[in-house]
Amino acid sequence: MATLREIRTRISSIHSTQQITKAMKMVAAAKMRKAQDSILAIRPYAYKLRDLIADLTATVSENSGVPLMEGRPVEKTLFVVIAADRGLCGAFNSNIFRSLLDRLKNHQQDEYAIYTVGRKSYDFFRKRNYPIEDHKINFFNWLDFQDAVEISRNLVSLYKSKKYDRIEIVYNEFKSAISQLVISEQFLPFKPDEESEQDKSQVDFIYEPDKKTILNEVIPKNLNIQIWRMLLESNAAEQAARMTAMENATTNAQEIVDKLTIFYNRSRQATITTEITEIVSGAEALKE
Amino acid sequence: MTDLRVEIVTPFGIAYQADVESCHIPGALGQFQVLKNHAAMLSLLSIGSIKIIEKTGSIKYLATSGGFCEIDKNEIRIIVESAELSDTINVDRAKEARERAEKRLQQKMDEVDIDRAQLALARALNRLKVAKFR
Repeated sequence: MATLREIRTRISSIHSTQQITKAMKMVAAAKMRKAQDSILAIRPYAYKLRDLIADLTATVSENSGVPLMEGRPVEKTLFVVIAADRGLCGAFNSNIFRSLLDRLKNHQQDEYAIYTVGRKSYDFFRKRNYPIEDHKINFFNWLDFQDAVEISRNLVSLYKSKKYDRIEIVYNEFKSAISQLVISEQFLPFKPDEESEQDKSQVDFIYEPDKKTILNEVIPKNLNIQIWRMLLESNAAEQAARMTAMENATTNAQEIVDKLTIFYNRSRQATITTEITEIVSGAEALKE
Repeated sequence: MTDLRVEIVTPFGIAYQADVESCHIPGALGQFQVLKNHAAMLSLLSIGSIKIIEKTGSIKYLATSGGFCEIDKNEIRIIVESAELSDTINVDRAKEARERAEKRLQQKMDEVDIDRAQLALARALNRLKVAKFR
């Protein structure tokens, strides 16, 4: 049986762990808030850009001359995995790895490569010797639009160099504070959004310069914003997952503290009882 | 009569939104001014400054790093990756960016990097230029 002092140390150590998890939960909640606000802020821009592309693709007859929209037979696929830089966020990272590993089962080793975003995904796939094209790590803490631009530019040049014929992105979507969803989206070749493709009553627009040049400019811009959106979604989802995980950890710690406190009191009581019995029996013995 | 309305949208939210007198836009084929009842138009924007003459007569300048603008039915929608009002530009940061870009241009690099550095330099110079119109 543990001595009283040991139990006391244990309780206070669990208590300080609990304080850490509590603080981490608060921090995650604040960061999630911030990430959510950024997601809301890009919406008007993203929608306008999408409408613009829908208008342009509806009126440009063929897609030739728009390299990013031309598909080709797929020989090699690049999978981009967006995970977190840090752990302690529940199943957030492992969910996304598992989903990608499932997908990869259907592919030969030489048919794909992985582009890892976030330190956790880089470590995971590197340790298991998966082919890694490139990685971007340790930036989620200071997430900036330029990060998205950099990733998007790399992906576009990889696609244009014909090293890969298809680029797909796997990331966690932020559904709500308690649920995240692993999503996989085709990034290149570029497909305009199906929903928004209804034809607006076409006014005679003046195009300056011509439509194709505009389209070739607008698509990379749209890719930037898509990556930015995914990074923000993933970041918000990560913080949400961490918040839940830390909430659970705090509750669990409280449970252990409660149990240990009861145990501590009980053993203390037992010790006192034993001591009294000893004293009483000692006194009895003296009487005789 | 409806008014001429300007809306500048960036990935970080709406940078400017108001009814205005007129608006100068740095089009890819040259600067142009939009007044009320302008023809419907879609134009690429280059790096430059957007000059807005407000209803009150005061003039606002914004530095932009390029994008698009759509003009339709007295509404100007400017869709750009960045737009900063002249009095919110961080001059020190722009100066740093200029120095960085200049330094990189002096080193020997492949073509892509040169393009990038030149664009970065153009953006920084543009910011500094617009920042003078306070």
